[in-house]
Amino acid sequence: MANTFELIASSTVGAGGASSIDFTSIPSTYTDLAIKYSLRSSSTTDDYLGVKLSFNSSTTSFTIRQLYGTGSTAGSGNYSTNNPSGYMQAGLTTASTFASGDIYIPNYAGSTNKSFSTDSVAENNAATANFLSLLAGLWSNTAAITSISLTPATGNFVQYSTAYLYGVIKS
Amino acid sequence: MTKPTRIEINCETGEETIIELTDAEIAELAYQAELAAEKKAEDDAAKAAIEAKKQEVLAKLGLTADEVAALLA
Repeated sequence: MANTFELIASSTVGAGGASSIDFTSIPSTYTDLAIKYSLRSSSTTDDYLGVKLSFNSSTTSFTIRQLYGTGSTAGSGNYSTNNPSGYMQAGLTTASTFASGDIYIPNYAGSTNKSFSTDSVAENNAATANFLSLLAGLWSNTAAITSISLTPATGNFVQYSTAYLYGVIKS
Repeated sequence: MTKPTRIEINCETGEETIIELTDAEIAELAYQAELAAEKKAEDDAAKAAIEAKKQEVLAKLGLTADEVAALLA
């Protein structure tokens, strides 16, 4: 299996915030892709929010299944768009806390539909407003993935939010 | 007024560019925020309705939530 991670690119959001983080011109030379993120939204009306994932600028043809826990309840959900593809906290949670998320995209350059999985934790350092989620997603498109965008469901990514894109190879 | 920006990283060159959103992109963001706010309002209303129903049942039983939990324990 692919087991060696190589950092392709990374980004840290500056003082003005950012409405999205876009990785473009992704080389097709790896077996899989992995994204690790530390994100927070500027939205002042939400405790946690979805992180939307789009491939090749497409936000359609996504099918997503989700399991989640909030600390007090657990549940599941189904989505037919790219929202959410992970979670992060927002302005109503403890200041300066950031969500951690991992997105794995196997066989991203192949000619079959593309799957991905996400494990994200929007932790609030408190007993409430936590959101832990496991997502399995399918992008019903056979094109090779050459660009990936992360977008907050609402608001902007705040300063010091980070995203790292890794290529995974067999070695 | 400063326009919102997005970050674009070209993975071949490693170049990172901060790009101002176009008016159309800003309008789309506002629209998506409006949709999200509507959805949140609907979700909050649904949660409030469930809670109100629970309280109504408890009132009919003449019990508190703690008393029901103790009975079921």
